[in-house]
Amino acid sequence: MSLEQQLISLLTLVRKEVGRVIRIWLQTIVPPIITMSLYFVIFGNLIGQRIGEMGGFEYMQYIAPGLIMMSVITNSYGNVVSSFFGAKFQRHLEEMLVSPMPTYAIILGHVAGGMVRGLMVGAVVTLIALFFTEVKIANVFITLSVVVLTSAVFSLGGLVNAIFAKKFDDISIIPAFVLAPLIYLGGIFYSISLLPPIAQKISLLNPILYMVNAFRYGMLGVSDIDITHAYIIILTFAVGLFGVCMILIKKGVGIRE
Amino acid sequence: MHALSVRNLVKVYRNGVQALRGISLDVTEGDFFALLGPNGAGKTTAIGIITSLVNKTAGEVRVFGHSIDNDLNAAKACLGVVPQELNLNTFDRVLNIVVNQAGFYGIPLRQGRKRAQEVLEQLQLWDRRNEVARDLSGGMRRRLMIARALVSSPRLLILDEPTAGVDIEIRRSMWRFLKEINANGTTIILTTHYLEEAEKLCRHVAIIDEGRVIQHHPMADFLRTLQQETILLNTRDPLPEVPTLNGFKVTRNNPHELEVEVPRERDLNELFSSLTAVGIHVTSVRNETSRLEELFFNLLENKGSSTRDNQV
Repeated sequence: MSLEQQLISLLTLVRKEVGRVIRIWLQTIVPPIITMSLYFVIFGNLIGQRIGEMGGFEYMQYIAPGLIMMSVITNSYGNVVSSFFGAKFQRHLEEMLVSPMPTYAIILGHVAGGMVRGLMVGAVVTLIALFFTEVKIANVFITLSVVVLTSAVFSLGGLVNAIFAKKFDDISIIPAFVLAPLIYLGGIFYSISLLPPIAQKISLLNPILYMVNAFRYGMLGVSDIDITHAYIIILTFAVGLFGVCMILIKKGVGIRE
Repeated sequence: MHALSVRNLVKVYRNGVQALRGISLDVTEGDFFALLGPNGAGKTTAIGIITSLVNKTAGEVRVFGHSIDNDLNAAKACLGVVPQELNLNTFDRVLNIVVNQAGFYGIPLRQGRKRAQEVLEQLQLWDRRNEVARDLSGGMRRRLMIARALVSSPRLLILDEPTAGVDIEIRRSMWRFLKEINANGTTIILTTHYLEEAEKLCRHVAIIDEGRVIQHHPMADFLRTLQQETILLNTRDPLPEVPTLNGFKVTRNNPHELEVEVPRERDLNELFSSLTAVGIHVTSVRNETSRLEELFFNLLENKGSSTRDNQV
């Protein structure tokens, strides 16, 4: 396949995946918007008024970046895991596997679908946040690069999950038992400076903490962790997971007999 | 040039099942090739390996000279496959399914749409192009899978039981269509349980059983090895009992139908002379099964009896 043909195959999959996100918008876009609106109302507005300030900002303003990031993470992951596993389950993934489409295009095409959904939901949640608080952007480059990279990381994570999944239970176990605790303990609702020293050290093992704080730094200019460390961790995960996906799909793990 | 060359192909599944025990096959470019065998013989595993959906344990596969080990994408670019089981995105529209497949083969969108229209029209699905696949009948879904496989204009088309569950009218129109695309240069490998279909369409045949190729011949040569044919005769008058015809084994299926086994060394003229001699008027003659089916059945039956003999 020439480079142009490879690009055509990649764009075909991107078009297919983005089309899927838009076609089933009632499942992909609306539910996270409702969930995040409830977070803003309950945690931000009702409870937040009693909490007061955090990190030098109103509580609602402090948690807004975290809530945006939470929606990006869960939707990027959820889109790829369900789309890829659905294709495996219905066996139409074979359309791609029998074609000369390169492995990287299969990965990037699915990741693009996850990123489009994650970033679309993130953008809508940002608009919702405007109804509740002032949304600032201290550094546009950091804000955009962190959200895009994080979306890519969790799209790749969803792909790894889908590759190994053999039944529908397998695509809900990781989000429920791994992803959700890491997200809630990733500094969305609090600064880790509130935690006892040992808990602060344990928190540093959570990669989502770096992503949420880097994004918060981009928006508000405050962070619990060093922004350079955050970039190193996010980029390491992105490259590492891409490599893992390449190896798994090339070897046919979970997708070939 | 060989469209497909398979050497000593072995597949052992993780559960220990040895699906292929070293099969070797050559399919000439432009051929219409039948790959036959009973259920579980290893046909679908072989096709899975050729199309890279199944990892092989050992052996070599070349598609138009491209090794699937060293030059997999070039090999895949020559292939179109219609699998045995439905593997469509049933929520997607007919046209999208075919156009996307063209895109996966690197065909630009405009060209892909044009080609999709051609194949969908050829397979009488163009009027259904905006329907989602789940709304199609079983036969239409089969045709959609053929259209999807053909959109990239493959040099080698592999059809794994493409007419399973399809009514006879559609099956015959698919036969005409497949003959036409074969005449236009596409090499076709067909697996089917309808042996009449293989006999009518294919020029070469290989029979796989228990993971081994047990026969591999030109179809005409293979059919000539048939030792006897069973034919059915309809008689004008009812027959009260089984007539005695010298040298032929006769069974009366009903008062108006006789089943006669004609050995290879006898011919039908002798049979009709015997029938005339005993005053039987025949109104129609037909084979009980296709010749290929009879050979296939004999092969498997002999293998079964030799296995039983060995066990004794």
